[in-house]
Amino acid sequence: MNFKSGLEKVLVDGKFAVTAEVGPPKGADSNKIRDKAEMLKGYADAFNITDNQTAVVRLSSFGGSVILLNMGLEPIMQICCRDRNRIALQSDVLGAVSVGVRNILFITGDHQSFGNHPGAKGVFDIDSIQLIKIVKDLRDNGIFQSGDKILAGNPNVFIGGAANPFADPLDYRVDRLEKKIDAGVDFIQTQSVFDLDRFNIWMDEVKSRGLDKKTHILAGITPLKSLRMTERMKFHVPGVSIPEEIYNNMKETKNPKETGYDIALKLINDVKKINGIHGIHITALFWEDIIPNLVKELNLFPRN
Amino acid sequence: MIITKQKDLKQLIQLINNEPVFIVGCSECATLCNTGGEKEVLEMKDNLLKENIEVTGWVILDPACHLQNDKRILRGYKDHLEKARIVLVLACGNGVQTVNDIIDDKKIISGTDTLFLGEIKRLTEFDRKCNLCGDCISNSFGGFCPISCCPKSMLNGPCGGSVNGKCEVDKNLDCVWEFIIEYFKERDEMDKLKKINAPKDWSKSTEMKWRISE
Repeated sequence: MNFKSGLEKVLVDGKFAVTAEVGPPKGADSNKIRDKAEMLKGYADAFNITDNQTAVVRLSSFGGSVILLNMGLEPIMQICCRDRNRIALQSDVLGAVSVGVRNILFITGDHQSFGNHPGAKGVFDIDSIQLIKIVKDLRDNGIFQSGDKILAGNPNVFIGGAANPFADPLDYRVDRLEKKIDAGVDFIQTQSVFDLDRFNIWMDEVKSRGLDKKTHILAGITPLKSLRMTERMKFHVPGVSIPEEIYNNMKETKNPKETGYDIALKLINDVKKINGIHGIHITALFWEDIIPNLVKELNLFPRN
Repeated sequence: MIITKQKDLKQLIQLINNEPVFIVGCSECATLCNTGGEKEVLEMKDNLLKENIEVTGWVILDPACHLQNDKRILRGYKDHLEKARIVLVLACGNGVQTVNDIIDDKKIISGTDTLFLGEIKRLTEFDRKCNLCGDCISNSFGGFCPISCCPKSMLNGPCGGSVNGKCEVDKNLDCVWEFIIEYFKERDEMDKLKKINAPKDWSKSTEMKWRISE
């Protein structure tokens, strides 16, 4: 089998995949990405480069992906629907694949009112499910959204998407995942898992519909660095569920970093045991240097 | 209805710059959302007089977006208009421009911001309901419109920020997808929501003119 990307090979081979997020800087300094990537090299199969996450302007996911490619690392370029219409989105997919990007993850994106340019006009011409389907049609059928034909090279890309098992309404969350699978998603990274009970409820439904056989699900893991971060995520980030037990642990500890690390370690060990989970996606916000230890202690190192 | 809100009075006074003003209101939408009915026009008159700004007269157009009607009504206010250098329009953005099409020797000032096409929920509360896209899709969504009622115009279910039926963008805003899902659930038609809704055709939203054919 010809694999579209290294990540696809890991997942198809049935190995437990590790991906990690590299947040681009608020500026053009490529060293900010290079330094993080250098530190994480070998500790993940592929690295997400986010697309102006939380609607804050940063170095583009395209630029960040090219930096990783030049370092010999495999990017998962993120593309969101907030800032571009279907013309620009399809064009960016073609452009990214032309320089060697092989994994692209498509999301609708955070609303512009959350970011540092609340006066921007949100585009939202299409949503993530529509975009996933458009890219599958580009790749497999060589046709653009309009029905026009590709003339020179279908983009051979491993298609990623996101899923949030913790948002409402709960019973429709699996339907959304199913729609993404029908649209053509190859792998899924979930919202950060803290609430294992709810995650298990979601996974049970996923498995009862056989969806874990149709796509590769990577559980999102976010190590908690401090009480402040825990409270921000618990009370202010929509669609994140942090159970009281974890919150109390972070509140009572004298060493938040150590406790946050232990919580992450335990969560990963727990999600690893869930049938149908094919890997983890680590988002260590402003704390990327924790990832090597975490991956080593989980016996997930080396990656090759 | 076209929902408007009045601009800040200080900003308007600055724009008027002590010149004599004729005030125009509208009998329809601006009356119903308390921005340009007789009551608001008279309040505006008092406010301007308090600032020693001369008000040469006022009129409520019926409605302001009706070009021929406006011409006829405004003819009756020729003397008042002649004395004015500013026409302050308390109507929607359409009303402002229709008045602007008729009067070309005065400065036309819009006294309102036009917010959206929406519903009068209560006398003082209005909800966006339509983005005037030219190709109504509510028939596919149980009579709801996710293009106008969802800040991200999600056509394939709620985004990850929908919590307890509320929108992440505004905690006071109901997530329209809660209603859509409820609608199909009640009718045991959830399968319809599993179908992927294709990208919307926006080509109809670019119409600049419409003529009823004979």
